[in-house]
Amino acid sequence: MVLILGDRVPEASRRLALAFAVLTFLISIPLFVYFDRGTHEMQFQEWVPWIQVFDIHYHLGVDGISMPLILLTAFTTVLVVIAAWDVIQYRVSQYMAAFLILEGLMHGVFAALDAVLFYVFFEAMLIPMFLVIGIWGGPNRIYATLKFFLYTFFGSVFLLISLIYLYVQAGSFAILDLHQVPLGMTAQILLFLAMLLAFAVKIPMFPVHTWLPDAHVEAPTGGSVILAAIMLKIGTYGFLRFSLPILPDASMALDWLMITLSLIAVVYVGLVALMQQDMKKLIAYSSIAHMGFVTLGLFIPFMVFANTGDWQGAALGISGGMVQMISHGLVSAALFLCIGVLYDRMHSRRIADYGGVANTMPWFGALFVLFAMANAGLPGTSGFVGEFMVILASFRADFWIAFLAATTLILAAAYTLWLVKRVIYGEVANDQVAQLQDLNRREFWVLGVLAVAVLLLGVWPAPLLDVMNETVDHLVRHIAVSKL
Amino acid sequence: MNLHLPDFAPVLPELTVMLMACAILVIDLFLPQERRHITYGLTQFTLLGGVALILVLATPDPRITFGGSYVADPLSDLLKSAVLLVSAVVFLYARPYLQARDLYKGEFYVLGLFGVLGMMVMISAHSLLTLYLGLELLALSLYALVAFNRDVSAASESAMKYFVLGSIASGMLLYGMSLLYGITGSLNLTGVAAGIVAGLTSPDLNLALVFALAFVVVGVGFKLGAVPFHMWVPDVYHGAPTPVALFISAAPKIAGFAIAIRLLVDGLAPLQESWSGMLLVLAVLSLAIGNVVAIAQTNIKRMFAYSTIAHIGFVVMGLMVGNEQGYAAGMFYVLVYALMSAGGFGMIVLLSRKGFEADQVEDFKGLNDRSPWFAFIMLLLMFSMAGIPPTVGFYAKLAVLQSVIQADLIWLALFAVIMSVIGAFYYLRVVKFMYFDKPVDDAPLTRSGDFGVVLSLNGLAMIALGLFPGVLMSLTAAVR
Repeated sequence: MVLILGDRVPEASRRLALAFAVLTFLISIPLFVYFDRGTHEMQFQEWVPWIQVFDIHYHLGVDGISMPLILLTAFTTVLVVIAAWDVIQYRVSQYMAAFLILEGLMHGVFAALDAVLFYVFFEAMLIPMFLVIGIWGGPNRIYATLKFFLYTFFGSVFLLISLIYLYVQAGSFAILDLHQVPLGMTAQILLFLAMLLAFAVKIPMFPVHTWLPDAHVEAPTGGSVILAAIMLKIGTYGFLRFSLPILPDASMALDWLMITLSLIAVVYVGLVALMQQDMKKLIAYSSIAHMGFVTLGLFIPFMVFANTGDWQGAALGISGGMVQMISHGLVSAALFLCIGVLYDRMHSRRIADYGGVANTMPWFGALFVLFAMANAGLPGTSGFVGEFMVILASFRADFWIAFLAATTLILAAAYTLWLVKRVIYGEVANDQVAQLQDLNRREFWVLGVLAVAVLLLGVWPAPLLDVMNETVDHLVRHIAVSKL
Repeated sequence: MNLHLPDFAPVLPELTVMLMACAILVIDLFLPQERRHITYGLTQFTLLGGVALILVLATPDPRITFGGSYVADPLSDLLKSAVLLVSAVVFLYARPYLQARDLYKGEFYVLGLFGVLGMMVMISAHSLLTLYLGLELLALSLYALVAFNRDVSAASESAMKYFVLGSIASGMLLYGMSLLYGITGSLNLTGVAAGIVAGLTSPDLNLALVFALAFVVVGVGFKLGAVPFHMWVPDVYHGAPTPVALFISAAPKIAGFAIAIRLLVDGLAPLQESWSGMLLVLAVLSLAIGNVVAIAQTNIKRMFAYSTIAHIGFVVMGLMVGNEQGYAAGMFYVLVYALMSAGGFGMIVLLSRKGFEADQVEDFKGLNDRSPWFAFIMLLLMFSMAGIPPTVGFYAKLAVLQSVIQADLIWLALFAVIMSVIGAFYYLRVVKFMYFDKPVDDAPLTRSGDFGVVLSLNGLAMIALGLFPGVLMSLTAAVR
C-alpha cells in the first residue's frame, strides 16, 4: 500500500503540498472502490520484517473499520492545505510539511497491524502537532501545546506498557495475534484501565478532557481541524482495535464505567458548551460531547447483550459509533473551518463581537447554518444517522440511558442554534461586521465540498455502512466469546 | 627459565593506540602552533585506524591472552569500535571550540588518546587487576582534561572535586576487589566466579562476599554516575570545558557499562540475586533524581548532566534484569545514549563562539530563525532523548522496558515511564525555546564544513536508526 507517500517533505511551496495531498487522496480512492465488502479480513496488506530481535514487522492493512478513517484523513488534509493557502504566511513550507507528515502518520496509525508500529505512529504524531500549535498558534499557545503534549504522552506510556505486557504473554506484536491471546480477568481489567488512560486522553473522555479546549483554542485553524476531525478518532479507533477485541471480558465488566463516563461527557460537557463565550471553545466542548456519543455506542452493546442476549442487535451501537466518528470528522472540520473564516476577517473568536453576519456574508451564513444543523443532529444530515443508531441501541439496553443520551439532541441544538442566532442572525452588530466580505472562491469550494459530503452521508449512508458491516459483525462475534 | 611470550594479536588495536599516543606526544613538541592540525589529523587517523584493526582482527570466538588477564571477544570488539568512533566524533566537535579559545594544544589529544586506551583496556579486561589498570588510566586522563583550561577557576574546582570523589570511588572498588581476591584466591574473572561458587557454601564467606560485592557496586555506580554516587556529574559537566564534558559524557559511559558487564556478569554471576537488588535501588533513584532535578536547571550542561543520570538509570535497569536480553537492551541503550549525548554537546559547541559560552538553555532561543536546519537536528536529538518515536531513543527505552516486563517487574516499568514523562518536559522546553521564541542573540552561526556535516549526520542518525533499529539491536543481541 502506497498511502505512506504523505511522508514526503515539500520544498517550499503550497502547490507541492497540495499536489501531494491530492495525490494521496486520489491514491486512497481505489482503496474504497476495490475494497472487498464481503470479508472481515485485512485487505491491501503489506508485510516487511522490521526489527527481528523483537519480532516486530512493518505490517499494514485495512479493514472495514480503518478504511473509512483513512479516506477521511486524506480528504481532510486536502481541505486543510487549501484552507491554509492565504492564511499562513509565516514559515509556509514548515507548516505544510508538518501537515503532510502528520497525514502520513495518521494513515499509519489506522493501517498499522503491528502493535509497536501502531504505537510509533501514535506517538510520533505528537511531534508535528506540538510544533503546529506552538509555532502557528494563538497568544497562549505555549501553555496549550505543552499541556497537550504532556497529557497525551502521559496517557500513551501506559499503552506502551500494556502492549509490551501483551507481547510477553503472546510472544508476538501482531495485533491480530493479540486478539487471540487468552488472558485472566485481573490482567484484563488492569490492561483495560491502562489502555483506557491512553485512549481516554486522546478522545478525550470526561475527566481527562481539559487539554482539548486549550489546544483547540490556541491551535491554528488547520491544527484544530485535524485535531477534531481525525486525532480524536484515534482514541476510539484504539478501543475498537485493542480494548474490545483483546479484552472482551474486561470491556464487559467495566461497561458501566464507560457508559457512565460517556453520559457525563454527553450531558455535563454539553451544558458546559452552552456557557462558552468563545466560538472555538464552544465547538471544542461540543466535540467532547459528540465523542462521548461514540464511546457510548462502542460500549452499549455489552449492556444490550446482557439484557437481551442478542449480539446482532448489539452491533448497531458499534456501527452507530463508527458513523458518528466519520460524521463528526466532517462536521467538526467544517465548523472549525467556518470559525477560521470569520477569525481571518475579524481576528476575534468572541461570540459577542459578532451578530448579523448573514447580512454581509449570505453564502457563508447559509453554509454555517447547515453545519450547525448537522452538529445538532438534524435528520437529513450525517449527524443524525450516527446519533439515531446509538440511541436506538441504547433503548435496547436501558430506557434511562437512552433518555440521557437523547438529551444531547436538545443540548446540541441549544448550544449550536444559540451560537447561530448570536453570530449569524440579528442586527449587524458593529462596523466591522458591516464591512465583512463574503467567502472567496477557495473558501466556498472547501466548505461546499464538505456540505455535500455531510448531506450525502445524511441521506444515503449505505455505502459507508456496507463497507464496515462485515468487519463490525466479525468484531461483535469475536467479543461475544469470553477469553476466560 | 622458560620465557613464554603471550599472544599479542588480540591486543594489537590497544598497542597501536598506545604507540601512536606516545608518537603524537613527541611529534607535537616539534610542531609550531599553525601546524597543529597535523596532531589532530594523526589522532583521528589513530582512532579510525584502531576501528579498522578491530574489524580486521575480529573473530567470533573469544581469545584470552596474557595469562588469562585479557580477552578479545565480539562484545569487546563492538564496544571498542563504538568507543573509538564516538571519540573521533568528539575530537571533531571539540576542534573549533579549542581553536577559538587558545586551547588547541597537543596535550588535549594525547590525554584523550590515553583515556581512550584506558577505556579499551577496561572493555577487554579479564582480571581484576587489568580492569583497575584501565580504569585508573582513564580516570587520570580525565582529571587532567577537566582542568585543561587552567585559568578558569570553575574548571580547576570541578577537576579537584572529580579527583577527590573519583579517588574515593576507585579506592572502594579496589577494596572490594582485594576482598574478592582474598576470598576466591584468584584475580582472573573466571577464577573469581569459580571461587565464589565454592565460597557460597560457607555462611561466613557468604557475608564477606556480599560485603565485597557492595564495594564493587559502589565503584561501578560511581563510574556510571548512578544515584547516589552521582554528585560529581553535574559539577564536572558544568565546570569542565565543553569539549571535555562532551568527551566524559559519551565514551566513558560505554566503558563503564563494559566494566559492569565484566565484573558483575562475568565475574560475580553467582551473586546475581544480590547485585540485582542493589542495581534496582540505583536504577530507581537515578530515574527519579535525574529526571526531577533536571527540570530545575537553567544551565544546559547541568541539564544534560542530570539527563545523563536518568539515562544511566535506564541502562542500569537493563543490567539489573540479569539475563542476556537485559544486557543486550542495556548495551543498546548505552550506545544510543553516547550518540545522543555527543550530538547534544555538539550543538552547544556550535552555538558557542570566541568569548561566548552557549551554556544556558535560553541560548537556544529562536534557533529556528537563525538556522532551521540545526534547529531540526537539535529537535531530533531532544525527542530522541525524551524517547518519542520514531527516533531511536524510543527503541532503546522499548528494549529495556520489554526486558523489565519480561522479568515480571511491571511496577518498575510503570515507574520508569512515568519518570520519562516528567523528563519529556525539560526536553520539550528546549524545543520550545528553539521554535516558539524569538532569538535574543543574532550572531550568525559559524562552523567549518566537516563539523556541520558530522553534526547533521549525528542528528539524522537518530531518525535513521529509529526507522531501522533492527540493525544495531541484532548486533547487541548477537554479542551477548
